[in-house]
Amino acid sequence: MNRFWIPLVAFALLCVVFGVALKRAPEKQFVASALIGKPAPDFVLPDLLHPGGMVDSKRFHGGWVLVNVWGSWCEECIKENPMLLAIGKSGKVKLLGLNYKDDDDTARKWLTDNGNAFDAVAVDHDGRAAIDYGVYGAPESFLVNPQGVIVHKVVGQITQQAWQATLLPLIDGAKS
Amino acid sequence: MVPEIGQYAMILALLLAAAQAFFGLAGPWRGAERWTQAVYPAVAGQFVLLALAFGCLIWSFVNNDFSVLLVAKNSNSALPIYYRVAGTWGNHEGSLLFWVFVLSLWTLAVAAFSTSLPRPFVARVLGVLGVISTGFLLFSLKTSNPFERLQPAPPDGLDLNPLLQDFGLTVHPPMLYVGYVGFSVAFAFACAAMLEGKLDQTWARWTRPWTTVAWMFLTVGITLGSYWSYYELGWGGYWAWDPVENSILMPWLLGTALIHSLAVTDKRGLFKSWTLLLAIMAFSFCLLATFMVRSGVLNSVHSFASDPKRGVFILVFLVLVIGGSLGLYVWRAPLLRSSAGFDLVSRESFLLFNNILLVAATGVVFGGTMAPFIADLAGHETISVGAPYYNRTFLVPMLPLFALVALGTFARWKRGQLGESRRRMLGSFAVALVLGLAIILGIYGDRSLLAPIGVVLALWIIIAALLDPVDRLRRRLSLPAAVIGMTLAHVGVAITLLGITTMESRRMDRDVSLAPGQQATVGDYTFRLESVQDVDGPNYSAARARVLVSHNGKPDVVLLPERREYDVQQQSLAEAALGVSWHRDLLVTMGDPLGKDAWSMRLQVRPLMRFVWLGAFFMAGGGLLATLDRRYRRRREAGQAQVAAAGALPGTAP
Repeated sequence: MNRFWIPLVAFALLCVVFGVALKRAPEKQFVASALIGKPAPDFVLPDLLHPGGMVDSKRFHGGWVLVNVWGSWCEECIKENPMLLAIGKSGKVKLLGLNYKDDDDTARKWLTDNGNAFDAVAVDHDGRAAIDYGVYGAPESFLVNPQGVIVHKVVGQITQQAWQATLLPLIDGAKS
Repeated sequence: MVPEIGQYAMILALLLAAAQAFFGLAGPWRGAERWTQAVYPAVAGQFVLLALAFGCLIWSFVNNDFSVLLVAKNSNSALPIYYRVAGTWGNHEGSLLFWVFVLSLWTLAVAAFSTSLPRPFVARVLGVLGVISTGFLLFSLKTSNPFERLQPAPPDGLDLNPLLQDFGLTVHPPMLYVGYVGFSVAFAFACAAMLEGKLDQTWARWTRPWTTVAWMFLTVGITLGSYWSYYELGWGGYWAWDPVENSILMPWLLGTALIHSLAVTDKRGLFKSWTLLLAIMAFSFCLLATFMVRSGVLNSVHSFASDPKRGVFILVFLVLVIGGSLGLYVWRAPLLRSSAGFDLVSRESFLLFNNILLVAATGVVFGGTMAPFIADLAGHETISVGAPYYNRTFLVPMLPLFALVALGTFARWKRGQLGESRRRMLGSFAVALVLGLAIILGIYGDRSLLAPIGVVLALWIIIAALLDPVDRLRRRLSLPAAVIGMTLAHVGVAITLLGITTMESRRMDRDVSLAPGQQATVGDYTFRLESVQDVDGPNYSAARARVLVSHNGKPDVVLLPERREYDVQQQSLAEAALGVSWHRDLLVTMGDPLGKDAWSMRLQVRPLMRFVWLGAFFMAGGGLLATLDRRYRRRREAGQAQVAAAGALPGTAP
């Protein structure tokens, strides 16, 4: 074996890594974020559901909150919405929506059409609050504990499995 | 009707691409002249069909045909026509069609401009390009069909992602694609040379202009992306080390290495196997970038494009194309022998170091991008690698590289002694050092280690780059476009280096509370809030601040940031004011009212911000000039003579 094999062998190894990563891609939703374990950035933003009012994230301190970044332009968000409705119904967490780079009227219509799972929706038109949260795209969700600390970040849709196996145990585990 | 025409055109293009691949590779292999000839109509036909298909997609967007799923998802009848056209490639499916369309354009150009090269060789190049085109067309039709219908058609579309409704973001992806696809030409030339088994330096010579043009487009694409993210966010960020950005940077770094090593292979016949490997790697990283962004294995992302099915397809394609070419490399590279030697202080060895450092820099970025995968596989928690890692590690190979840009210009081909140039090298460094330290102590004031290193290196690069052309002019020698191009590109490197190091070490941000009449100082700049007025816009009312910025007491510029309240949407938006000048950017953002006429404001001073992008445009311009050099045209004539000679020999097929 001579040195000219090295690139091919390295590439083969890389393919194995990619292959395995690909196989696990659907289940891999949890990305450690630099913010985990840090206080959730607070924001005061216009209220989507009650025009003229403001949403203050501090209002949600003291209970579990799921901050969900979404937009009516985001396809995955439509797919995620039934899960959010189910989570909302469970009563385990408050759902705080962060409407990311969206048009207000379209967003309200979207909620009417697809169902509103949120307890409150803050309008982040220029994406500043999202920047504070290190958001790459929508949907992304942050689980915040009653002390106001981010304990988990979900990139992409929250699946049934993710809710059951990871988020719910985190909430219940902390309570017991 | 029109979408169906586009669909059929795509399917026919796929068949022609397969034909192009087959005849291009099998013709020369069997020595069948008529098969080889069949490649050309396939190339031309494929271009016409893909142009038609892409045109049909644009037509569907422009005419708001919401029965096409892609249009319904990405456009809206209220969207201005400009964004409707741009919406064609502002999404996964459309951008793939655009990709293969650009590939067919490059292929056509190769076929048209390579008439002077040996026929079997060109056929092989076109055959390899046909394989790539076949793969992408299959991928597009099987997993990401842009013409998929939606029945019943909705009355209106969902609108384009607001993030993409920006001029810069509509221009920047096409530039990148043209660059990515351009590297496929270098890749195809390398593969054809390996298939042919004729691995002298001629393939490197033929590839050079193509590679430089591809590199130029990639440079412009990256720069536009960086500029618009800065402008759009109004945040002062110009590079975030996001995995998507990294996947663009890696092919660029390798492409930069490639254009330098191609020069050595062309001029001196050295590094032959290394250049081949680089040509394969540069394009492989373009494909890898596509895989990482489109398959969903990366977390960064743009979940709109992620779909595991697509990932599997691209991975198989990667294995075939990259694996195949690396296999060829294992087979052919051992045949290469460099006859010529070179000394340690020759230009060859400096270019070798340049290559090593650029590949090392690619490794740093690749390591950071891959670390989350590896950690995940090893069973650790998923980690994300952030800017601090890159900022520190990236400098390790880059700083010596910048020194090499200056050093390399003094070395001569082959020769071991610097001789006369030693004096010039030391002299120019002394000048740069004195000048640089004078700037640092006189203007900057000593703050960090980074600024002095950056300034001195940048000055040295500029002086060194200008010495040769100035010398030529003084001695009334000719000044070829290639030399001017290289000089311009190297000066560009210095300008960007100067911009980044100065900006990073001397930028100043301050959050303050200001009432009319009050002022705040940031560095040498005094920001005085003169007044806050109520103004009415078309669909908003705003508080507009008048901020007078003085530099060392002298009035400099008036900035008018606004805090807008949109009537309908009940939204409050900050409209930052940007004060641009060649030597600094000033940025004032208005925050919330703090009561008693006071406002929260963010004041930013970014010295030499413009240099970061200006230098990159110099580099791209240098690349363009270099490809215009007369010798490439002369070579075509020389190439014709070569063909005549080669005609007497039997086929060189293995």
